[in-house]
Amino acid sequence: MTVSGPVTHLTLAEMRELLGKRAFSAKELTQAHLEAMESQRALNAFTCETADKALAMAEAADARLAKGEARPLDGLPVAIKDLYCTEGVETTAGSNILKGFVPTYESSVTAKLWQAGAVMTGKLNMDEFAMGSANMNSAFGPVANPWQRKGDNRDLVPGGSSGGAAAAVAARMAPASLGTDTGGSIRQPASFCGIVGMKPSYGRCSRWGIVAFASSLDQAGPFTRTVRDSAIVLGVMAGFDPKDSTSVDLPVPDYEAALHKNVKGLTVGVAKEYRMPGVAGEVERLWKRGMTWLEEQGAHIREISLPHSQHALPTYYILAPAEASSNLARYDGVRFGARAAAEDLTGLYEATRGQGFGAEVKRRILIGTYVLSAGYYDAYYNKARRIRSLIARDFARAFEQVDVILTPTAPTAAFAQGEKMDDPVAMYLNDIFTVPASLAGLPAMSVPAGLTDRGLPLGLQIIGKAFDEETVFRVGHALETAAHFTHRPQRISG
Amino acid sequence: MTVDKETVRHIARLARIRIDEAEEEILAKDLGGILQWIDVLQAVDTEGVAPMTSAVATELKLREDAVDDGNAQEAVLKNAPDRMALFYSVPKVVE
Repeated sequence: MTVSGPVTHLTLAEMRELLGKRAFSAKELTQAHLEAMESQRALNAFTCETADKALAMAEAADARLAKGEARPLDGLPVAIKDLYCTEGVETTAGSNILKGFVPTYESSVTAKLWQAGAVMTGKLNMDEFAMGSANMNSAFGPVANPWQRKGDNRDLVPGGSSGGAAAAVAARMAPASLGTDTGGSIRQPASFCGIVGMKPSYGRCSRWGIVAFASSLDQAGPFTRTVRDSAIVLGVMAGFDPKDSTSVDLPVPDYEAALHKNVKGLTVGVAKEYRMPGVAGEVERLWKRGMTWLEEQGAHIREISLPHSQHALPTYYILAPAEASSNLARYDGVRFGARAAAEDLTGLYEATRGQGFGAEVKRRILIGTYVLSAGYYDAYYNKARRIRSLIARDFARAFEQVDVILTPTAPTAAFAQGEKMDDPVAMYLNDIFTVPASLAGLPAMSVPAGLTDRGLPLGLQIIGKAFDEETVFRVGHALETAAHFTHRPQRISG
Repeated sequence: MTVDKETVRHIARLARIRIDEAEEEILAKDLGGILQWIDVLQAVDTEGVAPMTSAVATELKLREDAVDDGNAQEAVLKNAPDRMALFYSVPKVVE
């Protein structure tokens, strides 16, 4: 292949091939992305650009490529959600309370990327501590979605919490980025921005060095523009890490190789409970089209029942805040981050946390504190953990009959900045399709599948069996091929 | 479900977060709305269902009880907002 058009518009796989042929150097590729980042600063996708580091890493990759010692991601630019600790590069989790925090260590997953030759171009904006579905809760300000509605130039949200990570890949500022997903924070922004977002099984990637939000749910995953690129990046990220006792010691399959298999003979489940009010008509229609696309390629569609999924959101909004209230206790103004002036120790804690946390984070810590407090622990926290068992059991039963489950990713397309801000519960409903798989620890991916009447992207979600990312990639690839999503956002570099 | 300002103050104190009066008002309303929304779970039958403790059934691995790193005081203290010698500093807690 040859390069026509900007190199930033190539897929990661194409860049890899052309770097291997020395059609351009890693340094040239990195430079092109740094320029793209500069030209799209108005989107506010990055909290920090690491140009010098990127160019040095690219030079090292070029040296290896020249010697024929290329590593799997050599010379490929990747940007990182600011929730991953990066050695020597400020890591804030989108919060004032961590401004100025410069880790002295590297998260396990990002370390694997750099070991594989990837080039770090910067840190990405996000909802504070990954709490949000619109990237409106960042101490660095909101991120704008590169997509706009037809005939309306208002800024739309990119989704959240990995809003910057999704916007950067959609706007061609990076071919791939790393996000994290607790209840939908990779899949929902991928749907809003018209790209591919993969949340692997809980335990597939190490969480070591990722700022913790809800430890029983948090997972790392990639954003890319194609399913193949997603398979390439996850293959590097995945694997057991002795530093994370919840990471699972299983071999990592060759995900890219899984794309060679078609979907003939697979059974795709469609949950009747996922047809619900509040879901846009065009989302429902796209979901049906997705079923048809898979049927046309030889898969069988089968109706299944996930009766407890209707309780998933309130369950999640007990468990995630409960875990967050515990995890975020470490921000005390003593060991790292911001510190407020105070007369005594309790005052120091209270003032530091009162000033350092934003409104949504305070809300969730207080909810979490409430549901864990004496007298409520059983009624709320334990009740939610029991319902979580029922939700997981529903999936286990469904997967006795089907290979994957197909759902919409989000109930609507991207909305305007400032919408849904008055009522926290209205914002939480964004995650209605993504949260159940999170609670059950299952792999799930969003693939761009179509546009709304007003020209905004919509994704479809594929949920797989635990640790069966291969089948998720396979079905995702089939959907991608049928959908042939070649639309581009209005605000795009190059 | 309604949450009064006294409850908000109490939880905020437990969570060690200082909030002002304007925030108390907003939080009382927000928390009330969220708690009312999650209250539907009380109607779900969970008789005989064990609480889920982990998304993946795993056994904790044993590792050798050996020092694999250490002597990292400077790295540990590097981000401290205030320190004295090799210690974090805090306001006086013992008279």
